This record gives sequence, C-alpha cells and structure tokens, in this order.
Amino acid sequence: MKRHLLSAADLSRDDAELVLRTAEELRSLADRPIKKLPALRGRTVVNLFFEDSTRTRISFEAAAKRLSADVINFAAKGSSLSKGESLKDTALTLEAMGADAIVVRHAASGAPHRLATAGWTGSSVINAGDGTHEHPTQALLDAFTMWRHLGALDGRRVAIVGDVLHSRVARSNALLLRTLGAEVTLVAPPTLLPVGVDGWNVETSYDVDSVLPKADVVMMLRVQGERMNASYFPTVREYSRRYGLDARRMAQLQDHTIVMHPGPMVRGMEITADVADSSRSVIVEQVTNGVAVRMAVLYLLLGGSEPAGTTERDAA
Amino acid sequence: MSTDRTLIRGARPLGGDAADVLLRGGVIAEVRAGLDAEGATVVDADGLVLLPGLVDLHTHLREPGREDAETVETGTRAAALGGFTAVHAMANTDPVADTAGVVEQVWRLGQSAGHCDVRPVGAVTIGLAGQQLAELGAMADSAAAVRVFSDDGRCVSDAVLMRRALEYVKAFDGVVAQHAQEPRLTEGAQMNEGELSGRLGLRGWPAVAEEAIIARDCLLTAHVGSRLHVCHVSTAGSVEIIRWAKSKGWNVTAEVTPHHLLLTDDLAATYDPLYKVNPPLRTHADVEAVRAGLADGTIDVVATDHAPHPHEDKDCEWAAAAFGMLGLETALSVVQHTMVDAGLLTWADVADRMSRTPARIGRVSEHGRPIAAGEPANLVLYDPSASRVVEPGESASLSRNNPYTGLELPGRVVHTFLRGTPTVHEGKPA
Ligand SMILES: [Zn+2]
Repeated sequence: MKRHLLSAADLSRDDAELVLRTAEELRSLADRPIKKLPALRGRTVVNLFFEDSTRTRISFEAAAKRLSADVINFAAKGSSLSKGESLKDTALTLEAMGADAIVVRHAASGAPHRLATAGWTGSSVINAGDGTHEHPTQALLDAFTMWRHLGALDGRRVAIVGDVLHSRVARSNALLLRTLGAEVTLVAPPTLLPVGVDGWNVETSYDVDSVLPKADVVMMLRVQGERMNASYFPTVREYSRRYGLDARRMAQLQDHTIVMHPGPMVRGMEITADVADSSRSVIVEQVTNGVAVRMAVLYLLLGGSEPAGTTERDAA
Repeated sequence: MSTDRTLIRGARPLGGDAADVLLRGGVIAEVRAGLDAEGATVVDADGLVLLPGLVDLHTHLREPGREDAETVETGTRAAALGGFTAVHAMANTDPVADTAGVVEQVWRLGQSAGHCDVRPVGAVTIGLAGQQLAELGAMADSAAAVRVFSDDGRCVSDAVLMRRALEYVKAFDGVVAQHAQEPRLTEGAQMNEGELSGRLGLRGWPAVAEEAIIARDCLLTAHVGSRLHVCHVSTAGSVEIIRWAKSKGWNVTAEVTPHHLLLTDDLAATYDPLYKVNPPLRTHADVEAVRAGLADGTIDVVATDHAPHPHEDKDCEWAAAAFGMLGLETALSVVQHTMVDAGLLTWADVADRMSRTPARIGRVSEHGRPIAAGEPANLVLYDPSASRVVEPGESASLSRNNPYTGLELPGRVVHTFLRGTPTVHEGKPA
C-alpha cells in the first residue's frame, strides 16, 4: 500500500483485496465482547474536517478508537472561498502535535493531495472526501458490502445512478470497482455526466430502465434539488420520474440485486422511502461496514505492529 | 562605464551574419563589420543574437495596490532581464487604471524606474465592472498616451458595450484587447474542461467559452471597422476562428503566452496551484495549434501575461489559489525552445513576434524598429547556446510563481539596452 490514500486509483487489486480481507477480519470483532484492539496504541489520528460530515467523522473516529489510537477531532472553519482557516497553517499545527495520520474532508478537490505532497506535514493522509473529486474509503466500504453479499466482484454489474458530475462517491467507486473486475454503468441525464467520461473505462447510459434488469447492484447517488436552479434538470419531479428508484422500478431487478446509497438520502428525490427501507436495501449495513473498512485502512496505512485480529488479552 | 558610445562587437543581428553595431546618443549610429572602437565602450558579443528590444503587450505590474506581489520597479527590472525594453502594464490594479490620473501615475513610475518603457493599458469599463465605459479619450490624451484598452482578468462580455468600445477607440487609433472568457460558461471554472477535469473533480473551463467570445468580437470588429486584439489565445478552435477572420481582411490581431506554447493541462493533476492560470493550460493538441498559429502569423505576437502573486496565494489548495504565472524572464527562452529550436520560427521571425508587431499593435513608435542606423538603440543581446535550470529564487520579480521551476530551458539574455543605456549587463541588472 502507498503511504497515503488520496484516490481509489492509489489501490492496486492486491491492495484493495487486502483492505477487504482485513475489514472482514475486523468486522467479526463487532460480535465479540472486547471491541478494542491495541494495534494503534500510542498513535495519533486527526480527523480534520473543513466540511461538516458528522457521519463520516464518527465512522473514522470509531474506527481509530477501536484500534486504540488517540483521536483528535479538528473541525476547521472556512471554505476554500472564504479563506478562513488555511489548510497549510492547520497542517503545520497538526504536524507540531505529532499526528501519525490525518483524515481530511475538504470542499476543495485535491486538498488532501496538497496536504500529502506540499511538504507541510509528514503524516499519512487519508482522503475522507474532497470536493467533487473522490471519497476512496466510501468506495471501499461499498465494495466490501457488495463483496459480502455477492462474493467476488469479477463480472458483476454495478449501476451507479444520479448526479455523477458532482459525486466524489461515483468517481471513487468507478475506479475501485473496475480494479476489482466489476462492470460499471453510470446512469444520469447527460447534463450530470462529466465531460470526458468516455475515458473512464465504464459504460454510460441516459436510460435507467434499460440498465436495471441486468444490474447486480444499484447504487443511487444523492441529488440536490438545487441543481435544477443551474438547469441540470428542469424540475425535481421530472428528475424523480426519469431517474428515481421507486417500487415500480425496483420490481425490474433480479432477485439477488442489492440497492445501495452512500447517504445522506433525499427520500422522494432519487429514492423512495419504500425502496430505501426494503429488504434489498443494504444502506444501514453500509454504515456498519464503514467502520470496519476504515479500521482496515488505518491499520494498513499506519502499519500497526500487532496482527489486526489480536485482542487485548491475546496481546498481553 | 560610458553609456554615450557603445560598440557591440560581433553580434548577429536577427541571427544573421556577424556585424558590429555602434550606439551613440541613444540611437544606432552604424551597423557593419569591422567598426573601429574609437574610445567607445566595447561589448564583446561574439556569437550572440542581436534583436530589437522586446515589447510585451500584456504585463501585470500590480502597482498600485498589490505592491506585495510586484511593483513597477521590480516588474520592469524583471522585464529588462528578459530582454524587454517596453511593457504594457495591465489595468487591473487597485485602484483600476480607468482614469487619466492612474495611467499617468503608472507611466511616471515606469519612467523613474528606468528599466524599460511602461505603456499603461487603460480599462475599458469603470472599475472593470463591465457596466459603463471608462474615460478612454482622457486616457488616450493623457501623458501616458494610452492606445491599448483592456478589462483583462475580466471579459467585456456585454455585446453592446464591446461594440461601443470598439467603435469609440477608433477616434484615437486605439485597440481593444479582449480577455475572451464567456463568464456564464466559466463560473467557478478551475482548469481546462476535458477528461482530466472530470477525473480530478475540478470545474471545467470549456474551450467554447473562449472561442464564442472571439468569434463574436471578430464579427463585431468587422461590423464597426475597428481594431480588435485577442489576449492569450489558448485553444485550437480560437486559432481557427482568428485565421478565418484574418482571411476576411478584418483588423484582428492575437497573442499567445509562452506558457500556452509549452505547458499542458495534465500539470493540473499535481493539484499544485503553480499551474493554475487564466485561461487554463490546455491540451497537447491545443499547444500544437497555437505553435502553428504563431508560426504562420495567425497569432501575431507572444505576450507574457506575467502575473505575479505572493507566496500565500499559491501555497494553498487549488480552488483557493490565484490564477496566473510569471513570464517576463523566461519568455524568450520558451520561445526559443518551442519555436526556434523546433524550426518553426527564425530569429527574424522572433523579432517580428516579440518586438516589431507588438510595438505596432500598441502604437509604440520608438520600439520594435529595424536594427539600422538612425533607429533608437533599444536592443537585446541573447545567447541561444546557453542553458539553465530555472530557479525561481533568482528572479527579479517579487513573486516566485514560476511554472518552469526545475525545467531546463535554453538561452540567456546577456545585455539589454534602452535608448543606448544598458539596463542589463552580463545577465545582471546594469
Ligand atoms: Zn487575461
């Protein structure tokens, strides 16, 4: 594994499979009485969030704590535009605190990349979502969830439906799923597919109904209603009608097909409540898997000295 | 050293046969082989190429307002070190150069610095706001004698306003230099729109946003019979449109920057804001097209768009960083590398693209002249056989946002003369 996790493209197939196997090993821990492992004792993990995301922060925090790391939560104010707190000054502060890993969420695409390469810090940097670029641990937890339900992903068909243009989840998933051998189809109105998507080595479609019957996984992306103000689509109603996942569309799916959503959902926009709460939906499980996958990432990047599965008692 | 009489010994005017050139009283007194020194200061220029002093149509000197990034004094020193004897100072200062008072101030700062002539560019609209014409006539009539008008940094996107500006400057032989960027198509744009912008998650800056404005402005300038200059052409489509406009006989000129002749958008994958510039770095195909356009004369001139920024404005994440890169001290080297060494331009062509034609477009009468007796002694001696690794700390600019950092570039400016007086001697400020 590389020293940083900035993009899903940083992961070779071997790396990705190692993360998934490690996550599987760690996930079993959730069922044990002792939930804490000593693997990262004495190491410091900083959650550096320039953008609010309670769910992602809590997931990383839980992951680090279960590995016995010291956790510092740092909620920085100021977006890239307001020039509030500078990324550089914050990085220098964290460096002085001796952070071993910095988990960073930022509204600016490439901010984690800058943090890792500008010479401001020697810590490992984990991208917890940057602008409209990537969210690699989300892709890992999605792949982990698929893998638990479907086994090996080679040849599996994954439909990713929604606002691909603005989605860091879609970018990371497209990269990682291809690495793992899955077939990916991005489904969106043409306005919400990035220019140059032809070069992504994935299929694209404007027609969700032609894609759903063949899919093994349907991943719905969050779509912000405000996008209609920038003319990405005419109205919320038209978007939902053409691209939303409702019970009628769900009925076209194969029996084994699972429905995913990275959250937070806009119920009634891209997904209806009955679909989100149906037995096909693995949305809640994605959250549980998120902790295991992030434990695996932290463990592997920080090179924990103990085997991942060793409990307190075993180690003593 | 006496500056009254200088004998340049053995230089190659426009890269041709070696000759001696005698400078006296600020003008070229004589050009021929075997001149006698007769007590003049002798400059040994054996093997050096002699060009008319370079003229930049597009320089950001940042004064008044951003003296932390550059001043007229530091910017013009950098210009002289790059072989320039005249620069056009862009209007996007603070206050904006939109009145006779501000352009005269900049002009006087240039005179007192003395490194090269400073020709202020006047803003087209008050405060660059794109609402109301600035007093173009007052700036033209001022001591600064402004002939180039531009809202550079912003596009005069309102078609009526652009039409009026083009019409109005005809009264004093002015030219409108347009920063062609359709604002709605580039809201929040960060880099060239293409496969890479999609992958990097950086908002794309489509070529059409530049090309649509250029096409419109060519049509407008033809309609009103005026003069249009297109700033920093960056796309293959723009070159085609300008080629078409010229084929119609319309009075359109265009410039390309050194960085658009050399660098490509894949540098954005580093997320290093050193490579963030407006217009953005484009694709390899675009680079090929602007080189071809410069070679065949579709693009008339090279202009630096030298855009200094203080360290903190580049030492941050991409989206928060300022647009722009330095260019004065590396321009001639980049042109040698991309055009001369590639066989696309001769040194005589370089003199045309970097001195004669920019002087003609800017109506700068004392620059861009032939190397002949009686002409003003604005000259540069350049060693094309030298090479160097670009070291941003060595710049005379106050800023360090040099996109060629660490690159090996050919050539070295050895001497620059402004009206016979050396401004650069042996590669150092005189
Ligand atoms: Zn410009």
